[in-house]
Amino acid sequence: MTEKKLFSIKGSRKEKALVEHIAEIIFTVCAFFAVLAVISITAYMFINGTPALFQVGITDILFGTVWKPAAGEPSFGILYIILTSIVGTAAAVVIGAPIGVLTAVFIEEIASPKLAAIVKPAVELLAGIPSVIYGLLGIYLLNPLMYKIEMAVFRDSTTHRFTGGANLISAVIVLAIMILPTVINVSVSALHAVPRSQKMASLAMGASPIQTIFKVLIPHAKSGIISAVVLGTGRAIGEAMAITLVSGSSVNFPLPFNAVRFLTTAIVAEMGYASGLHRQVLFTIGLVLFVFIMCINVTLTRILKGVEES
Amino acid sequence: MKLRKVMALAGTAVIAAGMMAGCSSQAEETTAATTAAETTAEETTTAAETEAETETEAEAEAETEAAAEGNADLSGSISMSGSTSMETFANALCESFMNLYPNVTVTAEFTGSSAGIESVLSGACDIGNSSRNLSEDEIAAGAVENIVAIDGIAVVTDPANTVSDLTKDQLVSIYTGEVTNWSEFGGESMPIIVIGREAGSGTRSAFEEILEIEDQCAYANELDSTGAVMARVASTPGAIGYISLDVLDDSVKALTLDGVEATAENIQAGSYFLSRPFVMATNGEISAQNELVQALFDYVYSEEGQELVSSVGLITVE
Repeated sequence: MTEKKLFSIKGSRKEKALVEHIAEIIFTVCAFFAVLAVISITAYMFINGTPALFQVGITDILFGTVWKPAAGEPSFGILYIILTSIVGTAAAVVIGAPIGVLTAVFIEEIASPKLAAIVKPAVELLAGIPSVIYGLLGIYLLNPLMYKIEMAVFRDSTTHRFTGGANLISAVIVLAIMILPTVINVSVSALHAVPRSQKMASLAMGASPIQTIFKVLIPHAKSGIISAVVLGTGRAIGEAMAITLVSGSSVNFPLPFNAVRFLTTAIVAEMGYASGLHRQVLFTIGLVLFVFIMCINVTLTRILKGVEES
Repeated sequence: MKLRKVMALAGTAVIAAGMMAGCSSQAEETTAATTAAETTAEETTTAAETEAETETEAEAEAETEAAAEGNADLSGSISMSGSTSMETFANALCESFMNLYPNVTVTAEFTGSSAGIESVLSGACDIGNSSRNLSEDEIAAGAVENIVAIDGIAVVTDPANTVSDLTKDQLVSIYTGEVTNWSEFGGESMPIIVIGREAGSGTRSAFEEILEIEDQCAYANELDSTGAVMARVASTPGAIGYISLDVLDDSVKALTLDGVEATAENIQAGSYFLSRPFVMATNGEISAQNELVQALFDYVYSEEGQELVSSVGLITVE
């Protein structure tokens, strides 16, 4: 039985030390890899994004409203694009977050186990659908519907530029649906983590189930729900594929029935043929988007910390 | 109680150890067998592939050699300069010409049509690429217009649209946003959804250049591919868009312009206005150029060269 001899839980001390050492190195390399990726992406974005900023002029880019990158006298104002990203993301979160949180409450508290067993997998399935599919459905279902509404709303308008339904509302609806799974799943875990004793105590004090949900459960799961909204916001502002198909992709002030262009879609739409300064400005848009996402992450992490501490 | 616990623990440990030992030896054997099988399979495939590759490579080399033998006497460099719209075509031409004549280097710069013709006239380059006809002044200065290909654009609407013909002025008024309803052109009362390509697209710059409405277009949608324009036009009532002629299909309705249908024949005949020539201008006739430039033009006008023209989505001259 030579094998039995070889097999030892204890092993020699030397061997053990070696394994420990190698494992440590592997962990360090892995951790370093992620940090390296973040640092190199940040450096790359700043190196590529800043030259155009100074070449065109910071105010001309960030506060200019005319986007004509390929004209004889090009103009690179991205104010409308920035505003679209802010307005679109905010609107999507305003619509998506309450629906998501309430769905989470439904799954966790209200639904019978049988019903929850249907809703929960459905939500998970929603998370797995590729974004381009949302876009295609948007083109064939949402846009024609929006076009009908547009025709009704602007029937007598002489100044409105008809978009055929590819407008800000379509993009917001698609985004709101896309952030639902993130918001729901994270909120469900947050609600699930609320100690059962809290709920029982509330009910025993004579509070109704609805009072318990809004006065006890949701406040207790606040930090988890906020992080759900954070993740949803991140997903919404970074999404490109789905909204490039439904938003009409022309640069306009973000009014509900205008065709609009987001920061992400501005890069996607013109990267193919852009050259020279135009290309550099696209990198600058990438930098703006990058800074945006960083700011959102930092502020919301701060909020989260504050909530936890209090 | 304590004894029982110890006994149970010991028992579990023994069973676990036995299982692990058993598993490991078995597993090892199986893995070894699988690995061996895999290695053999891999070897076989790799060998077969390598052979196949070597054969193709050898064939390819033989071809290149044969070609090179005939063309080895030509060496030197040709420089082109001019239209950015011709970038795809010019790069494809450079590449395939240099394949054919390995000792010749062809360089292409993309500075714009007028700049290209200026530099060919000043002698700074051998060929000036221009995506428009030469002006009288340029011809008077000695530039010769050698049209090598034609770029055609089709104007399309959704299949249900009742308007089937537009004049140049009508098209201009639609794209500049002066006219916003189909009823003005005898169609149904339906808003016009103006769809175009993104800034920087060759099709967009050609379309706007030909209609002379550069940077004046009021687009409702700016999409980033021909396919997206087709899909949007096909699915939106009242939409109008423009696409390269070579990708036109039945999902959309192509309009006739000034009564002329968008076909390669009409474009070659010059009756369809939404087209532009791709000119490779020379300073003086081709026959007066050096033999390298002559060889390049021979290649462009050869069957192979014209195939290249159609492969990048352009219309041949013949």
